[in-house]
Formats: sequence, structure tokens, C-alpha cells
Amino acid sequence: MLQADNVTFRYHADTPLVVDGVSLEVRRGDLVGILGPNGSGKTTLLRLLSGTRVPSSGRVLLDGQEMARLGRREIARRMAIVPQETELAFEYTVLEIVLMGRHAHLGLFEVEGPRDYTLARDALAATGTGHLETRAFHTLSGGEKQRVVIAAALAQAADVLLLDEPTASLDLGYQLDVAALLSTLNRERGVTMAISTHDLNLAASICRTLVLIRQGRVIASGPTDEVLTPAHVRALYDVDADVHVHAASGHMTVVPVRRLRP
Amino acid sequence: MSLRRRLLTVVGAFGALALLVLVWAPTVGSTSIDLGRVFDTSIPWADNVDAQIFFVARLPRVMAGALIGATLAAAGVVLQALMRNPLATPFTLGVSAGAALGAMLAIAFRLDVGTLGVSSVPIASFIGSLAAIAIVYGLASSQRRGLSTNVLLLAGVTLNSFFSALILFVQYLSDFAESFRTVRWLMGDLDIGSYGPILAATPFILAAFAVFAVLPRALNLLTMGEDVAAGRGVEVARAQRWAFFSASLATGAAVSLGGPVGFIGIVVPHLVRLMVGSDHRVVLPAATLFGAAFLVLCDLLARTIMAPLEIPVGIITALIGGPFFLWLLVRQS
Repeated sequence: MLQADNVTFRYHADTPLVVDGVSLEVRRGDLVGILGPNGSGKTTLLRLLSGTRVPSSGRVLLDGQEMARLGRREIARRMAIVPQETELAFEYTVLEIVLMGRHAHLGLFEVEGPRDYTLARDALAATGTGHLETRAFHTLSGGEKQRVVIAAALAQAADVLLLDEPTASLDLGYQLDVAALLSTLNRERGVTMAISTHDLNLAASICRTLVLIRQGRVIASGPTDEVLTPAHVRALYDVDADVHVHAASGHMTVVPVRRLRP
Repeated sequence: MSLRRRLLTVVGAFGALALLVLVWAPTVGSTSIDLGRVFDTSIPWADNVDAQIFFVARLPRVMAGALIGATLAAAGVVLQALMRNPLATPFTLGVSAGAALGAMLAIAFRLDVGTLGVSSVPIASFIGSLAAIAIVYGLASSQRRGLSTNVLLLAGVTLNSFFSALILFVQYLSDFAESFRTVRWLMGDLDIGSYGPILAATPFILAAFAVFAVLPRALNLLTMGEDVAAGRGVEVARAQRWAFFSASLATGAAVSLGGPVGFIGIVVPHLVRLMVGSDHRVVLPAATLFGAAFLVLCDLLARTIMAPLEIPVGIITALIGGPFFLWLLVRQS
């Protein structure tokens, strides 16, 4: 349903390509992990997929329609974005934040109705944040904030969620919370997701499909258990790693062993 | 409580306050007047001192205060959301400095650009504010698709100090009387004395408010960052442009009318947010009404506190606003 077709991107005409000929597809119901080292172009690729940047060449298609020709409102009804961190300039309550997810469904002067409140409360319940409804957003912990922002994305009733390093600023406990939440939403609600992340073990535990990116190019992609190999980890990070199925958790784990080049 | 009921309650309460202040303020002043005589049409205008005080001295002043207070408070709300910075004011982006430079050039060089019952100084200052808006917009939009709020802020701050330098330079060369007039203008004063300038400023302000009316939901989302706003369905670059131009134009018109009356654009939005929360659909109308009441009350103080001397209202708002601003800074950190 979301497709990048030989996409390249540079921020300015005289700077090098950040994304260099990437093609990938996010299928309905998939949970795709976009992996790569710092500066590999993950975040830029996610921006291209979300349509907040327009490719220098190539196309991004949402349900077969070229993204550059769709308005933000039309895109937002089908696809939602979850940033790495959300900092608010003003104080809003949790419910207000989640209701803002309904923006693209409301007319110019329309006010949220009962249906919007129902969807917002459903989304809060699905992310385990229903009890926070009346709290001020800025008083929440990092993990709670991230779950509320995901709830807002759900309330947007979009089919696709794009998440930019959703666990990067969270501690271990919250990382597991958010990972479990994403996995549940994908399995039980059928929400399609693409996640950019550094965290190989997060990707291994929840992603069905992986896309490995280095210097703006795809070096491998496919089902997680096929793509996540020691050879690919080495090609991606210059790190020798031990990859095996962890007995207790049942998913693959990556244990870095040593750095190959300084 | 649903938004519609909250909006009704808030607009009802602030509307009642504004109405009360607007009706009461013209009846109060250093000279006591007899309202019966004011509205007694059987007395010839030339002999009716009460009516002259009411209709020439006080009413335009109260109307200007309401218009300027409402405008600066609303423009403050819009610009704070646009800049994602609660400490931004309508004057942060250099509009008032442009207006001040225009006004001062008109005073110093005795420019004669008056037209349609409006004298030279407000017209020159409005032209100055338009020039400042054009410069700041040109700089901030040259780099990327949207408006860079960082460049907006830097360009505004730089323009403010550059224009201030020009003002000081021309002041240094002007004679005593011209300098005095410029300084008085810079203090912010609502002693307008006729309805012409108010009528002239109103269309620009109304146009800006028409834009403000469609912005609030986009403003809510812009405070969460540009990418989030775009992801939620806001055409970010367009919303930013509309917000910038409408708020700047309104500020330019208000400053041309009464001078750079300080602190309204920050004190009122913050007090209102403390009372009604941050949803711009509620904040914007509430700040508009409260801004009108607040500036008229400040001007009432200015007219009566040292009666029969009338001090410029900008001094009162600064005396209230300065400490308030510091309190906000401390509270934020």
C-alpha cells in the first residue's frame, strides 16, 4: 500500500544524495523495520515516505497514488506519523492531544463530535493510557508520552503508521512497553507500520520485514529471519555480531562482539 | 465539557467583561460629565461641553483602546503559536520597529502623506510596518519550503535593533520638538482625538481577524512541531504564511493607530491561557475580548491616575507587563 520507487533525495542542489535510488514496499498488515547506522538516511527516507519531503527523483506511492499530488489532509486520513520525541510549546491535556489526531477528518469550523471522542478514547484504551486522559501532557513520563502520541496516530484512524525511532529516547522498561504495544496493534488491529530504528533487537523482536540501509542505499531487504544475518550486520555497522534465536523470548537476538574498523 | 459549551461560557464571560468596560470607561475621566447633557440633542454642539468631552476626547480613545488591545492580544496568540515560543510578542518580528521608523521619518522630515482624514504619521508608520514585514518574510522564506521560524526570530530581532539605530540617528539630528514628538509616539498613546484613523485601521484588522478565524486548529498542531502538524493533515507552509501575514498586518495597523503599546501581546495571552487552557479555538476569542477590556482599563488608569495630567498608556502597560514578563520567565525555568 506504500511504495517507494527508485527514490533519490538531496537537501540542497549542491549537497550529496542522502537517499540514493531506494525502492521498497510496505504491504498491508506488514510491520517493516528500516535499519541503518547514524546518517544512513533512515529518517530522511521516512520523511519521503510520509510526504513531508518530496523526492528529488523517483516516486512515492500511497495506494497507487503519487504522494506529491495528494494534499496533506488526504494523506493524513490514511497515514499517521509518530516522531521520536514530542515537545509541546504549550500545555495540552492528553485528551486534547489525542483529539488533535482527528484534524484531517473535521471540516473547517467543525468541532469534534461524539464519534471523534469515541475514537479518541478507544485509542487511549488500546495504548493503555485511558487513565491519563485528563493529565497535562508535559507531566507524563517519556514512555507515557510516546504511548499517547501513538494513541493520537491511532485516533487519526490511519491505515499506516510511520514511526521514527519510537523507542530511542526511552529507558529499557518503556522500550519494552512501546515494542509490545506496536506488536499488539499490528497483530490485533491490523495496523500497518514502518519503523526506523537503530535497535537491532527491537527490530528482531517485532518486525516482520526488514530493510537495511547504508549510505542512502538498500543493502538487503526481506523477512526478518532471512535478512538478520551476521554478514548483513557486518555490512551495515562494521561490527562482528552473534545472531541466534533466544530460547526464552523465542525471537532473534543480536549480540555485538567486536568492531571491525575504527 | 464539550468544546462548544466551553467556547460559549468563555466568550460569554469575557464578552460581558469587555462590554461592561467599554460602556463604563467613557463615562469616567478627570472631568466629571453629566450623561444627561451628553445625549441631550436640544443643546447646540458648540455649547455642549459634556458632549464634546464624551464624543471627541473619550469615545475615540476608548474605541482605539479596544481595537488595539484586541488586535495586539490576538496577534500575540497567533505569533506565539507560529514561533512555538510562548515569549514571542507581536513586536518580536520587527513590525513595530518598522512602524516606529516610518512614524519618526514623517515627524522629522515633516512628510505630508496624509489622506482620507488620516494624518501623515499613522500612514507613514503603517508603510514602515509593511516594509518590515516584507523584509522579514523575504529573509525567512528564502531558504526552504516553509517559513523558518529560527530565521524569522533572528531577522526580527536584528531588524528591531537596526531600525532602533536608525531612529536614534535621525533623532540625534532632529530638533527638540521633533524628538519630543517621536518619544511621545514611542510611548504608545491612545489620545487620537478623531474617528478617521480608527476607521482607516479597521478594514486591515478585520481582514486579519477573518484569517485568525480559520487558523486555530492548525495553530494547535503547529505547536507540536512542523512534521507532526503535516502528518496530522496541516498544509504547514501555507498555514505559517497566513499566520505570519495576518498577525503582522494587524500589528502594523494597530501600532500605526496607537504607537507600540507594549506587553499587551504577551500579558493577555498568558493570563487567558492560565484561565482557559491552550486550545487556540478558545484562547483566540478569549484573548481578543480580554485584550480589548485590558487595554481600555489600562488607559482608564493612564487618564485618571495623575489627573488632570494624562500619561501615555504605554507607560502603564509596561509597568504592569514588565514584572509580569519576568515572572513568566522565572516560572518557565
